[in-house]
Amino acid sequence: MPIIEIENLSFAYESQVVLENINLQVEEKDFLAIIGPNGGGKSTLLKLILGINEYKEGTIKVLGNAPKKSLRHIGYVPQNTNVNTDFPIKVIEVVMMGHVDGKRPLFGYGKDEILCASGALAQVGMEDFAQTKIGSLSGGQRQRVMIARALCAHPRILILDEPTSSIDITGQREVYELLKELNKHITIIVVSHDISVILEYANKAAHVNKTLSYHDISDKKSTFHQHGNNEHFCEIELLQMLGSDNCDTCEDISPKWSLKP
Amino acid sequence: MMEPLLDALQFEFMQHALLAGILVSFASGIIGSLIVVNRMVFLAGGIAHTSYGGIGLAVYFGLPIFLGASLFAVGAALLIAALTLKKRHRMDTFIGLIWAVGMAIGVIFVDLTPGYNVDLMSYLFGSILAVSTQDLYFMAGLLLLIITVVTLRYRDILAVSYDSEYAGLRGVNVRFFYTLILILSALTVVVAIKVVGLILVIAMLTIPVYIAEKLSSSLLSMMFLSGTIATLFTLVGLWFSYVYDLTSGASIIMVSAVSLGVFLLFTHKKI
Repeated sequence: MPIIEIENLSFAYESQVVLENINLQVEEKDFLAIIGPNGGGKSTLLKLILGINEYKEGTIKVLGNAPKKSLRHIGYVPQNTNVNTDFPIKVIEVVMMGHVDGKRPLFGYGKDEILCASGALAQVGMEDFAQTKIGSLSGGQRQRVMIARALCAHPRILILDEPTSSIDITGQREVYELLKELNKHITIIVVSHDISVILEYANKAAHVNKTLSYHDISDKKSTFHQHGNNEHFCEIELLQMLGSDNCDTCEDISPKWSLKP
Repeated sequence: MMEPLLDALQFEFMQHALLAGILVSFASGIIGSLIVVNRMVFLAGGIAHTSYGGIGLAVYFGLPIFLGASLFAVGAALLIAALTLKKRHRMDTFIGLIWAVGMAIGVIFVDLTPGYNVDLMSYLFGSILAVSTQDLYFMAGLLLLIITVVTLRYRDILAVSYDSEYAGLRGVNVRFFYTLILILSALTVVVAIKVVGLILVIAMLTIPVYIAEKLSSSLLSMMFLSGTIATLFTLVGLWFSYVYDLTSGASIIMVSAVSLGVFLLFTHKKI
């Protein structure tokens, strides 16, 4: 049984159609990359899967249920974790926000919750920063904390919206290596712009620009040629292939991605 | 210089002023922290000015001022909550509207009240030397309510303030806690009007909080520190106003502002 199943989904903000006739199946332990131009509907699709936005046409099933009923099995890492960095809050407190209701003490946090949060921090290699103020971390470290927060509820699916958009190259690698490790037990869905990096880690790719075209790229090493010794794939080739099925605007939009020679 | 102050403490109105100063400072330190981290400063300003409408209505209908102002301010808070939860990007427009309309209602009802000219200035700039015993009960009750709510629902309030979308995904009732923060803000603004007046309320809710934010690593310590700093400013401001015969509300705000300046001067290298 697929872990996420989307059939004939359409979504519009007031009169503007954002997503049209989307079909997608995500299997257990997939590493799915969702790519596409800005405003193409990637984040909207995530919000539909998370039940933040309500859809009228089509169906979404997460673990066989409506999205809102399966929330406790989904870990979510939102975009822009660099906002609100002045907020006086310790790393451990941020991570503990990931807990889902359950039993609570009258004041503060339970021992089991603190243990669980520390465990999640250890999982992302940030256990030494538990008592640090969140604002004093680097972008990459903060992203790891947000992943720990998502892991706190022991999710079966981890969804990340542009997890590396505001961190440096080394930080990006670290985040993806971490995701690769987590992928051994958890299904991962990542929305991203850095397609060449993400495709090294993903086994499936969905290109979203109002409509969705879907590709199994698990044997990508044989599908795409590589440039010299560089691990990067040729992005132009990727874009052409991923967007070609039913996307006719990609040529206009592709310059938005950084093209490496 | 301390002697005249000690003499002054024998007067009941001065004892009331000190007590009111401490109670209101702690309330505004805690709620001011929530207002600042939730980026609701402009909103609190709107509620402060709107509550003048409640003062006007209370004068006209012969109700206790605190009651009229509180009901009106809470009504405005509920209205703003309902409007802004739906259309957050239009928030500033709604606040601006409610801000002006509330004041206008207040001015008109004071005009309509026969034979009684309420001292508008005392509401604009505070009248801490005219705090009644009843006022003190109201202030103490509010502080108790705030401390109870914040203690029992700290993690929900923290979650909603830090990242409301995520809090919603984890099953926290964001709408409820957002409205709750607004209602507590409205009530705090009303009692702070007594101390510094509705024009100066914003400074009282933000200056101590700004200093505390830089020195705190958790929301809880920020609230406590803000309350302490606000109390200090209020007491020193009161002392200035008594010794040099100045308006108390304005003195408190000036003490706060100068302290903030000194604080920034000594810490700017670190920030």
